[in-house]
Amino acid sequence: MGCFVKVTLEVNGAPHTIDDVSPWKRLLDVLREDLRLTGTKEGCGEGECGACTVMMDGEAVNSCLIAVGQCHERSVVTVEGLARGELLHAVQKALVRCGGAQCGICTPGIAVCAAHLIDHRLIDDRDDNAARAKVRELLAGNICRCTGYQLIVDAVIEAAREVAAK
Amino acid sequence: MDPVVVPPVGASVPRVDGVAKVTGRARYLDDLDAPGAWHGATVRSKVPYGVLEGIDLDPAFDWSQVVVATAADIPGKNTIYLIEEDQPALVAIGAHVMHVDEAIAIVAAPTRKLAFEAIKYVKPRIKALAPNFDVTKSEKTFKQFLIRKGHETDADFDAVFAKAARVIEGDYYTSPQEQMYIEPQAMMAEWADGRAYIVGSMQCPYYVHKAMKPLLGVDGNGVVITQSVTGGGFGGKEEYPSMLAAHCAVVAHKAKRAVKMTYDRDEDIAATTKRHPAWTRHRMAIDERGDILAIDIDCVMDGGAYLTLSPVVLSRGVLHAAGPYKCATTRVRGRVMQTNHPPHGAFRGFGAPQTTFPYERQMQKLALALGEEPLALRKRLALRAGDTTSTGQLLGESVGTDQVLAAIESCAGSAPARDGVGPTGAPIKRGRGVCFYFHGAGFTGSGEQRLAGKATIALTTDGRFEVRSSSTDIGQGAITMFTQICAATLDVPHDLVVVVDPSTALVPDSGPTVASRTCMVVGGLVQQASLALKKTLLAWGEENGLGGKPFVDIAKARAAHGEVTDTKQYVPPPGIHFDDATYTGAAYPCYGWGACLVDVSVDLDTYEVTIDRCVQAIDVGKAINPSVVKGQIEGGTLQALGWAVLENVIYKDGRVANANMTNCIVPTFADAPELETIIVECPYPFGPNGAKGVGEIPMDGPAAAVANAVENALGVPFDALPISPEAVRSAIRGEASNTWGVS
Repeated sequence: MGCFVKVTLEVNGAPHTIDDVSPWKRLLDVLREDLRLTGTKEGCGEGECGACTVMMDGEAVNSCLIAVGQCHERSVVTVEGLARGELLHAVQKALVRCGGAQCGICTPGIAVCAAHLIDHRLIDDRDDNAARAKVRELLAGNICRCTGYQLIVDAVIEAAREVAAK
Repeated sequence: MDPVVVPPVGASVPRVDGVAKVTGRARYLDDLDAPGAWHGATVRSKVPYGVLEGIDLDPAFDWSQVVVATAADIPGKNTIYLIEEDQPALVAIGAHVMHVDEAIAIVAAPTRKLAFEAIKYVKPRIKALAPNFDVTKSEKTFKQFLIRKGHETDADFDAVFAKAARVIEGDYYTSPQEQMYIEPQAMMAEWADGRAYIVGSMQCPYYVHKAMKPLLGVDGNGVVITQSVTGGGFGGKEEYPSMLAAHCAVVAHKAKRAVKMTYDRDEDIAATTKRHPAWTRHRMAIDERGDILAIDIDCVMDGGAYLTLSPVVLSRGVLHAAGPYKCATTRVRGRVMQTNHPPHGAFRGFGAPQTTFPYERQMQKLALALGEEPLALRKRLALRAGDTTSTGQLLGESVGTDQVLAAIESCAGSAPARDGVGPTGAPIKRGRGVCFYFHGAGFTGSGEQRLAGKATIALTTDGRFEVRSSSTDIGQGAITMFTQICAATLDVPHDLVVVVDPSTALVPDSGPTVASRTCMVVGGLVQQASLALKKTLLAWGEENGLGGKPFVDIAKARAAHGEVTDTKQYVPPPGIHFDDATYTGAAYPCYGWGACLVDVSVDLDTYEVTIDRCVQAIDVGKAINPSVVKGQIEGGTLQALGWAVLENVIYKDGRVANANMTNCIVPTFADAPELETIIVECPYPFGPNGAKGVGEIPMDGPAAAVANAVENALGVPFDALPISPEAVRSAIRGEASNTWGVS
């Protein structure tokens, strides 16, 4: 436990070096405390709610369950990395347009996960039962207590359609 | 310059806070920069009942680096002031510990990790006493109510009941429920110049303000409460934040620095309030024609160890218990009892879901007994304008009974085939259930009059319009709705309207953000104040030679001379009188009306109930923002569906046995059905543009619709929640179901 290491990782495309960090420190805490990227939220700290979801080398992970020691020379994308300046990602725009964010605490995790699924064409842009079921399956690791999910599914399908049309 | 188009009330404009939330820029309490702030952690009781004899600090720990606060450090009175002063902020030495996880001491440390480490070394010495967790054995009734309609005495009532051609009766149990807002409780406090500044995740800044004054020994100016962006509430951040604010302020006072406290999820589930479990006996006397002759209800709720908001929850429970049905003779009895469970408290619906489940199960049983189609039965017996409720309230305008029932009927389609095969190849049984229900909007009885909430609209010196109210946006869309109402009333673009972050230093007391009242009551005040301010400004324009100029230009000219404000205070509509002594009269200014249809399938291998379809039709008066209203209805609906089949809080020896998100589950994307939402608008003349409450009503009905559907599928009744696989298995096997939910 007393061991401290230096971890180099890429966050939202920018290289970062974390000096003298316990390899056991949660990625979530490194993002929020060391890098002050507070868009990633802690909802449960046990990998159930998905509020802390980030992408790590193209895989959605609960950053509360990832030790920073696992992140050396890896690439992480957080909600802060979705927009290009004021230009929002298609799913962010759709979430605003459709009312898919209410209290908003689960939104960053959902946006990160959904943006990846859309960008990699893992979600169909058809608005039919099969496509909607697929969205529900792929986002099942992200809990929202406000919306009943309906408007989020609407938003994800809309965004998928917009991206597919490009 | 292009003319500015002001979106009308009724337009689904995007949420004002939408971009901040989807980009992660919205700062919740734990995201705020707090250089130098220490972190607090709570020492809690491990026993449910006993006497606190002492608090020992284990010498194995280095206490020099932390601060420990106990009841002795409270500057004022050790009580969380709400309705009664029975609950301490911290148990004092010599006083009783009343429940597991009751707070005994607070530790503050430079890091959160150290604070949580230190609490392990604080050892409360508690002499254990015999606890009671059973409402039937409780020696203390916190509160009871009796409603009598159409009779004077029990003997009179019995005489009517004796005329019944048939009696429909049942015992019903509804389980405790965790709010499970995704942002755990969080607060920060700092003292400066003898003043306490408290900021945190909360619904009701003035509740916290009111509670802190005696506790901190300060006057109204001695404490400032500010709401931070709040990650959900659902009632769970109605009363509990006063407790957390007390802890934070007391330890910050002793540590002489800012202290932040954020709960772990497990602690949040274990220690904070949840929905009251309730046991209801419901009897209906039915005459030869199939009409309801008399209704008799006896409802008991478990209040937990302290009174908190239990009397008000019970009140709403009993006021809704007889349901929206015609009946001349009604007796409703309700009691909320003390036990050694952690206090139960506010949760969306606030007592009404607990009494709606029984009456809608009863209506289902009546339909079966009469051989009548369930929706037809409801149409035949439902209250409409001109009818009276159980408190004798004559219903006038804005009664959406026919509209919501017609909406459900028109989209119902044919019921699913009873037998089938599920996606895994297992045999399934399908069923359909409906329900019809209502929910009083605003505070009960004379509550709104007593609260006399206020809201202010200000033209600020920079030429913008500020909405100043203590109503918080906890995700339900309050700031968007206020922006729409204010902008539309003034006829100015949205970007000229700013809804001020609620802080007791900046906004008047608009009353709490509860009871489906924010839009109807405070939104109404915002509209009235906006209108008055507009008149004032136009008159100023006339006097100053600007008559006929665009309003925005007049406002800009006036702003240069200083701020102008207008404040409106709630005045009840005419004819709203409620007698608290007899529990008769207008219990609520108006009601929302709802109807729900649910199709389920039950897997006969796993006994799992799947919600295949859920349609809700809700009369909201007027949807100020249909997209926001839809979000409210769907969110509430899914909480109700979760409560019906998979959510539960399990107590073991007074402790929450499933205090984590792995075991205390709520519906995920994959659990939720596609939700069909029909917004019905029967305008309420005294709400802004006809709007009435929507926040709570969707929570009330769906659980009964699910139970009715499962009964329809399996042919056996389900009178207790949740309808878990275990409950289904017992029912199918004909084993005694644990109707009364007592383990």
